[in-house]
Amino acid sequence: MSETVRISIDAKEYATEKGRTILEAARDNGVYIPTLCYFDGIAPTGTCRVCTVNVNGRPMAACTTPVAEGMTIENDTPELNEMRKTIIELLFVEGNHFCPSCEKSGTCDLQALAYRFKLMAPRFEYEFSQRDLDATPPKLIIERNRCILCKRCVKAIFADDGKALFAVSNRGNRAMINIDDKLAKTMSDELAEKAMNICPVGAIIKKGKGFSTPIGKRKYDTKPIGIENQVSS
Amino acid sequence: MAKKIVIEPVTRVEGHGKVTIRMDDDNRITQSRLHIVEFRGFERFVQGRPYWEAPVLVQRLCGICPVSHHLAAAKALDVIVGAGTGNGLTPTGEKMRRLMHYGQIFQSHVLHFFHLVSPDLLFGIDADPAIRNVIGVALKHKDLAVQGVLMRKYGQEIIEATAGKKIHGTGAIPGGINKNLSIEERDAFIKGIDGNPQLSIAQMIDWSEAALALFKDYHAKHKDLIDSYAAFDSNHVSLVTPDGALDLYHGVLRGVDAHGKKILNDVDTQDYLDHVAEEVRSWSYMKFPYLTSLGPKKGWYRVGPLARLNTCDYIATPRAQKHFEEFRAYTGGKPNNMTMHYHWARLIETLHAAEMMELLLNDPDLQKDDLVVTGTRQQQGVGLLEAPRGTLFHHYAVNENDQITMCNLIVSTTNNNQPMNEAVNWVALNTIDGKAEVTEAMLNGVEVAIRAYDPCLSCATHAMGNMPLEITLVDSRGDVIDSKRK
Repeated sequence: MSETVRISIDAKEYATEKGRTILEAARDNGVYIPTLCYFDGIAPTGTCRVCTVNVNGRPMAACTTPVAEGMTIENDTPELNEMRKTIIELLFVEGNHFCPSCEKSGTCDLQALAYRFKLMAPRFEYEFSQRDLDATPPKLIIERNRCILCKRCVKAIFADDGKALFAVSNRGNRAMINIDDKLAKTMSDELAEKAMNICPVGAIIKKGKGFSTPIGKRKYDTKPIGIENQVSS
Repeated sequence: MAKKIVIEPVTRVEGHGKVTIRMDDDNRITQSRLHIVEFRGFERFVQGRPYWEAPVLVQRLCGICPVSHHLAAAKALDVIVGAGTGNGLTPTGEKMRRLMHYGQIFQSHVLHFFHLVSPDLLFGIDADPAIRNVIGVALKHKDLAVQGVLMRKYGQEIIEATAGKKIHGTGAIPGGINKNLSIEERDAFIKGIDGNPQLSIAQMIDWSEAALALFKDYHAKHKDLIDSYAAFDSNHVSLVTPDGALDLYHGVLRGVDAHGKKILNDVDTQDYLDHVAEEVRSWSYMKFPYLTSLGPKKGWYRVGPLARLNTCDYIATPRAQKHFEEFRAYTGGKPNNMTMHYHWARLIETLHAAEMMELLLNDPDLQKDDLVVTGTRQQQGVGLLEAPRGTLFHHYAVNENDQITMCNLIVSTTNNNQPMNEAVNWVALNTIDGKAEVTEAMLNGVEVAIRAYDPCLSCATHAMGNMPLEITLVDSRGDVIDSKRK
């Protein structure tokens, strides 16, 4: 039988199980912690830091930090939300995000968080990064202008023999997502669809499918992110 | 001393334009031009994008009739995905798009008549500009202003129900549409949106008739102005159905000259490049299209409501047909070359659009689920339709990786470039020539002629920016003597 651990989030006491992360414990108890790179079923990497909470006064990524007895966690505070908003803003100015013509608009986690944190106008200068688009894979378009390097695709999309299709090359501000040319040619429609759906933004687009979901039926059209303890999926 | 008049910005038009009129030492007109001063870019930056983004991306040319670009791009991509042209789509796909289009024609024409033109008609071209505007209409003619607002709302609601949003929706996708019309949506449009009978299709038809009656009454009282102001002979081009009916969504390309002789004989839209070319002039960002068979000097043509009622043989809805017969009879069955009759033609089309919406709303095909067609992939596709302001051309080439490699747009207002310059010239020669003093009313007179074409100047240059227009008066040495900017 698993060991019960008691924690507090925003001054409320909760019981959870040892071994759970702070994010999982919060979700189990109906508390929303914003996430972006996190995806259910994939080992968390903590790349985006949107889920940062204060644990006993220190900032930690909720998706990678396991709970411990007596943890005091701050989540929904003005300071943390301001920091999360800043992260979202920096992602927007670092890439080239044109929501109006992006088919992930309405299902995009980055956009949904921008609405949640009320991004009205950019505070930071746009980088106008020179990024290219790879349209050579038969089933996919890799739109690096929109990639936030969350690595969800790297950790979740594998060929039948277990080889990863996606990888990040280069470092720092030259880092970019790539797809294995040979494996890309063997991709099934289902795997291509899965890759598109696992991408939190519009960086992986399945060819020939565009805009098939009408406005009003898209993921965040009727239910904004963060409602009903929703975790991006 | 020689002068140059500059009207900048031209007001109550969509987009940013400038008029210059040059006069010599004796105040005689030596040159008049409509310049479009915004820069273009969409044809270039759509290159490299996945083709299915085009209908959503290119419509951002404009917020007034984005549906035109949305649908013209989708029609071009229908060809590329192998769905063919025109009736290659499923009945639901084509009819939903048609409903979207007629909703847009309706709202755009209504906006033009009630918001942009009615101040000139209700108060007079020479009225105080402080009154001669849409606020003046709202204050003095409240019922009319409310009608205009509600009619425009109805059209916008139709667009939202078919495209997903009132402005910049995503409904039309290559090979079809991404939604049908629910029973609830249909019933609201028939009986009245939000239970308001003033927002029913029957009311839209009645108000369209009333707007026509208003114009005809004005025409009867101001025959000289409406029949002669900025009138000049021209060719006329539009789409028609193969049997000659007015069709704003699809057809063959037909052209007639000022006397009714066919100069473009119902050609397939995919072959437009064999028949239409564009000339560039250094003083405007807007190109000058012409029919290649006649060359740039004689091949320019008008598009839009006036041209459409000159090229078609009949209208397939009864009320609009009745007015069309009267319209054609007015010129003895010959093409109508009177610029101010654009307003008459536009209102007949408004009524036709309302009747078409009624027909489509009662069509059960709109509730079916077969939305998209695909076929053998093609490398190029052309999509033409009749936008509110005239024939709109979209042409795309796509590579084997699904990226757009070429985009050519000939936008409705671009087709009317030479005619609008002719109209400006007419007004300059007939109302300003020889006058020592240029009044505000004279300058508005220039705008009245441009406004008849309902130009969308930002679309025409596929441009960015806001939309002021100016008139400048320059002497023979090029010095600006007088300038009015709005």
